[in-house]
Amino acid sequence: MSNTIKFKIDGKEIVAELGQTIVEAAHANGVYIPTLCNFPGVPPKGGCRMCTIKINGRFMTSCTTPAADGMEIENNTDEINDLRKSIIELLFVSGNHFCPACEKSGNCELQALGYRYQMMVPKFPYSFPLKEVDASSPKIIKDQNRCVLCQRCMKTIKTEDGERYFAFSNRGDKLEVIMDPDLGEKMTDEIAQLAMDNCPVGSIIKKEVGFVEPIGTRKYDKEPIGTDIDV
Amino acid sequence: MKEKILEIISNYKKDKTRLMDILHDIQGVAGYVDEEAIELLHKELGISTSEVREVISFYHFYSSEPKGKVNIYLNDSITAVMHGREAVLEAFEKECDVKEGSVSEDGEFGLYHTSCIGMNDQEPAAIINGKMFTRLTPYRVKEIVKDLKNGKDIKELIYEGDGGGRNALPEIHSMVCNNIRRRGALLTHDYTPFDVTSNILGKSSPEDIISVVEESNIRGRGGAGFPTGMKWKFGRKAKGEHHVVICNADEGEPGTFKDRVLLTEFPELVFEGMVIAGYAVGADIGLLYLRYEYKYLLKYLNGVLEEMRSKNVLGNNINGIEGFNFDIRIQLGAGAYICGEESALIESLEGKRGEPRDKPPFPVEKGYMNYPTVVNNVETLASIPKILTKGADWFLGLGDKASSGTKVLSISGDCNYPGIYEVEWGTTIKDILDMSGAQNVQAIQVAGPSGALIGEKDFGRTISYSDLPTGGSMIVFNKQRDILRDVVMNFMNFFIEESCGSCSTCRNMTTVLKERFVKILDGKGVASDIDDLLNWSDVLKVSRCGLGQTAANPITTSVTNFRHLYENLIQKDVEFDSGFDLEESVKESCAAVGRQPILHNM
Repeated sequence: MSNTIKFKIDGKEIVAELGQTIVEAAHANGVYIPTLCNFPGVPPKGGCRMCTIKINGRFMTSCTTPAADGMEIENNTDEINDLRKSIIELLFVSGNHFCPACEKSGNCELQALGYRYQMMVPKFPYSFPLKEVDASSPKIIKDQNRCVLCQRCMKTIKTEDGERYFAFSNRGDKLEVIMDPDLGEKMTDEIAQLAMDNCPVGSIIKKEVGFVEPIGTRKYDKEPIGTDIDV
Repeated sequence: MKEKILEIISNYKKDKTRLMDILHDIQGVAGYVDEEAIELLHKELGISTSEVREVISFYHFYSSEPKGKVNIYLNDSITAVMHGREAVLEAFEKECDVKEGSVSEDGEFGLYHTSCIGMNDQEPAAIINGKMFTRLTPYRVKEIVKDLKNGKDIKELIYEGDGGGRNALPEIHSMVCNNIRRRGALLTHDYTPFDVTSNILGKSSPEDIISVVEESNIRGRGGAGFPTGMKWKFGRKAKGEHHVVICNADEGEPGTFKDRVLLTEFPELVFEGMVIAGYAVGADIGLLYLRYEYKYLLKYLNGVLEEMRSKNVLGNNINGIEGFNFDIRIQLGAGAYICGEESALIESLEGKRGEPRDKPPFPVEKGYMNYPTVVNNVETLASIPKILTKGADWFLGLGDKASSGTKVLSISGDCNYPGIYEVEWGTTIKDILDMSGAQNVQAIQVAGPSGALIGEKDFGRTISYSDLPTGGSMIVFNKQRDILRDVVMNFMNFFIEESCGSCSTCRNMTTVLKERFVKILDGKGVASDIDDLLNWSDVLKVSRCGLGQTAANPITTSVTNFRHLYENLIQKDVEFDSGFDLEESVKESCAAVGRQPILHNM
């Protein structure tokens, strides 16, 4: 009995292992589905909704849904691409994302998605919210203005005992990520680097270093996000 | 205080999945959860202080800031507003010398707003130190505050005469009224408590029970309408060390209050429904998630459970059925509409923020503590004992083709007789309006803000899973009401307030829609803004849960059914208006520098 399953994305046959999520299977087969909050090695939490697809006519998130034999999936369609563009625009207008001055420019997944989905000017009005910058840790600056609330820092940056450095605060449009003051104080360089690397945007920035790699030569400056997956 | 808090934590065996109870108990002795308590929770439960704050800040009724000695939570549902909330609020602010959303300088009174508290048929209403006060007027506010200042106990203040029925029992002692206006199959007193458990369960296999429930075609009464028998079947089939039955008593949809009445007058029916579900599913754990707003029923409900244990209707080897062990614990919520969503409710039961889970897996496979879990609404469970006594055919004889049985409606707003009406599925909206004494009706909100706002042309439609499905909330608006400015705005504020925020769509799109809506209300709208409202709302359909998916319904259904109201407000012959008021925007800075700018018309 083999554990291999087959399903279709936009008509293309995908061969996958039982237990893989749709996004894992798609990427392994050279089909790009955009993600933002998803992070390898930690449980998915369909929060950003970027990887939304249609399975047999129903919207689902591909990071959380296990692949199943015989699924008919819509991914790269006008309807879904419009939706994804709207989500990117929503994330831009709900924060304060000033790319030219951001240390993460060129390595930022939100910015890269904006380019990939050809966002020019968001169709939604900017909200210019007032957000806090928390510089209390000696190692990092946590800038809520740029946060997309993806939970990647919350899920991946933990102490050996499993306590989380980062957590949510409040809910709804007041939702924010907070840093544990004690853990932030004691943060090591390694943790700081990991937190910055795992953050898809410029919300977590390591202190005292910057622009080591010039803008223009960074990851997504060279090729659009997803190029390494698309065949 | 340190010792007390440590004692509370150890009462729950340092179990972080009981964080909800721990926080309730700490607030019970300390008023709020202060720094010291948070630090202790961090040390004792092995979670970071931020993780503790994460839970506290999620729920409306927890606080890490000092509160008043007396805390007043004044409901802000639309029906409260329609029945004089503003005057009541003013009276509270004046008498307590406090602004809404703060604590008075002397620390005596905290005054807060809160989303619908399930009292829509007796508004304005407020929760004062956990006690429910209904039908408030400025005069009553004066009396209440005066008595509180004179040191009277909150219990003595319910001197208006107790509410009817079991509300008058000493364990409840509440002024809440049931207002049962129409009884049908469920609300009729023809039920002997625990008859099914005594006479039917022992003689029937779990599979027999499930097949009767399946034959009856009963669907979930909470709103989503999933076939109950099928859910039980899935739950029974799923493998797990334990199986769990949860009663969802977190009725938070604005305008619904029928579960409150069922729990007050028919708790035996509800609990026996749970016992039967436990037997059918093979569950040993029973949980009832009671919304915080109904805390005044907690002692009484626990008393009913105690009585059931003494009769061996709960506990081990129930009614002599070897191996049938099932007990029920009541978990108090802490103020979050989203916890009415079954997977968010389960997260909350595990002591976490009430954020919905991704599905699959569904709770029937992996629910509470990852055990197979069946979550049913109060009304669904209350219907079960009668279905088993009277038979599936009896139930099928009620209602319409798509929806068997009856529906308990919560009717409020502009009608002469707000209250509880049990009707058969298939009843028309017109009949519902007539029976509640509604006149001069402009619109009715069917199934609460997440449902639909409909007007006269649709009054011939019926409540049915094939037409207008409803969890039971019906709010009537007469022709004097400003549907957009008052009703739709109230509902949008509700969705913004109650979103958990974990989906990018629901967290952000609700506020974007509201801004565009306000632009129209402010007279700056143009024709394309109406289309924007409809088109942008589509983005919400990819949200994770029902709340997010329906959060634009107040706007989309009002645009669809009351488009003329929008068209009356938009500018004619203007194609574009940025909505930006330059003069207004620079006013503050002009005042600061003392200069008058020359503004060019944009």
